[in-house]
Amino acid sequence: MLEVDQLTMSFGGFKAVCDCSFKVQEGTITGLVGPNGAGKTTLFNLVAGAFQPTAGKIRFLGKDVTKLSSDQLFHRGLVRTFQIPHEFHRLTVLENLMMVPPKQAGENLWANWFQPNAVARQEKALREKAWQTLEFLEMTHVASQLAGALSGGQKKLLELGRTMMTDAKLVLLDEPAAGVNRTLLRKLEEKIQILNQQRGYTFILIEHDMEMIEKLCQPVICMAEGTVLIEGDFQKVRQDPRVLEAYLGEVVTHGEA
Amino acid sequence: MELLGYLNYAVYMAIFIGIYAILALALNIQWGFTGLFNAGVAGFFAVGAYTSAILTSAAAEGRLGGYELPVIVGWLASMLAAGAIAWPIGKICLRFRSDYLAIATIGIAEIIRLVIKSEGWLTGGARGISKIPRPFSDFEYLYTQLSYLALVMIALFLVYYMIERQLKAPWGRMMRAIRDNEAAANAMGKNIEARRLQAFVFGSAIMGLGGAMLAHYYRSITPEAIDPMIATFLVWIMLILGGSGNNKGAILGVVVVWIIWSMSEFVTDSLPAEYAIKAKYLRIFIIGLLLQLVLRFRPEGILPETAKSSTSTSDQQTSNNNKGEAEPSPAQSA
Repeated sequence: MLEVDQLTMSFGGFKAVCDCSFKVQEGTITGLVGPNGAGKTTLFNLVAGAFQPTAGKIRFLGKDVTKLSSDQLFHRGLVRTFQIPHEFHRLTVLENLMMVPPKQAGENLWANWFQPNAVARQEKALREKAWQTLEFLEMTHVASQLAGALSGGQKKLLELGRTMMTDAKLVLLDEPAAGVNRTLLRKLEEKIQILNQQRGYTFILIEHDMEMIEKLCQPVICMAEGTVLIEGDFQKVRQDPRVLEAYLGEVVTHGEA
Repeated sequence: MELLGYLNYAVYMAIFIGIYAILALALNIQWGFTGLFNAGVAGFFAVGAYTSAILTSAAAEGRLGGYELPVIVGWLASMLAAGAIAWPIGKICLRFRSDYLAIATIGIAEIIRLVIKSEGWLTGGARGISKIPRPFSDFEYLYTQLSYLALVMIALFLVYYMIERQLKAPWGRMMRAIRDNEAAANAMGKNIEARRLQAFVFGSAIMGLGGAMLAHYYRSITPEAIDPMIATFLVWIMLILGGSGNNKGAILGVVVVWIIWSMSEFVTDSLPAEYAIKAKYLRIFIIGLLLQLVLRFRPEGILPETAKSSTSTSDQQTSNNNKGEAEPSPAQSA
């Protein structure tokens, strides 16, 4: 479904992503792990079209999408969340969700005047969908609050909620668990599994919570210094000496001590 | 007669307030709702003023004109022309971040002013265009004024209604989202460049209308009227002071600033001649000081974007009963 081929991204002289290649199969939840600064988020930005790569190719659903922008990729079914929450801070929580779905008639200047009924119908459907999303996220009590006033964890949930407002094919989740309380985290894992199994979403998940990675992700890709170190199932990746050295090193020290 | 004089003055003030309110609402589309720092209001204002003037005035030697079209045609054309000029400008300049956009638009407004000043065949050069028809000008003075005031108020109401309706629609939601976080809006499939261009053209067209209405009120337009202080920065001060992002705030800002601005003229005019000239600069100083105070103590303006933003901690009671509403009513707490 997604093929990343020898992708390189340099910022000045620094190569954040360097000659990175991997494939993501449709229907999987792929985990992306690695130490801080390994280039995971930069890779997301490249795949999602926020940055243009210095070299390399990205193919999505069999088509070359290397040069497409974020909004074009969104319309092809690729949605992402941000590591640092990017909420629309002066919109209410409900509005944050309602703005997401594509092809809203009301986004056309003329439709508001000449097809007010169609716009109103669509808005009603959107509002219901947004409300259902909030119910799932257990955030209905803040629906009318400005998103800027939410707590850090709630903002992360809102990020996830936005991906649920559209019929995505591939969802890139950048540390969805960071700052979310444990009970909600279990629900979040459940929802990701439901979206994956019942609605056929494919996920790529950046996460430092190894419990979550173990539970959800198959396969797991470990990155270090801008490139793929190893790819495989969780147990294999966890026991690889290079991964231990580059990322999970402290586990070994802990075990030996 | 005293009373009549006051009445005339009140109507005169109200006309200016109406025209400036149109300009402030136009700027609010660009800055308040889309985050575009357009510091070239005067340029689009001028394009509108001259377009309508050329189309409606009688023939004059040495310049284009003599079409003597109805005023309403001139006004519509002024919107079209200002919008049409804004399109290529926006296409090029909107890629800049806000402060660079401000510099670029100041420059463009200046270019427009210089073109108008030097292209005499089109605009009458430094002499400008005079004898621009004013509707109802064959009435008695007070009634002419009152009729024009009515026209301005109708235009203001239409502009206000049009903008409010767009802003409450998904279009407005999308524009505010783009303003709040461009990267996220882009990731949610919104075409940032095209949408910003749309807002830029929309706002500029309405600035053109404001220019045209002022030109018809003065009955003449000269390059002097395209002063950035009067036509750009005064509008900015009104918007920021009143509350950008809130159309009612924008209009309130116009009323407050215009009253201070013209009252200070009274004061300076009554001074002896040798102080009067110096005092003129004091007026600009007072307005600047006012802006500083507002930015220091109330940066969101007199009427902020939504009452919610200032009372967001006390929302528990409203949260359960607004399932059917996207926009909770901000009225109770205000």
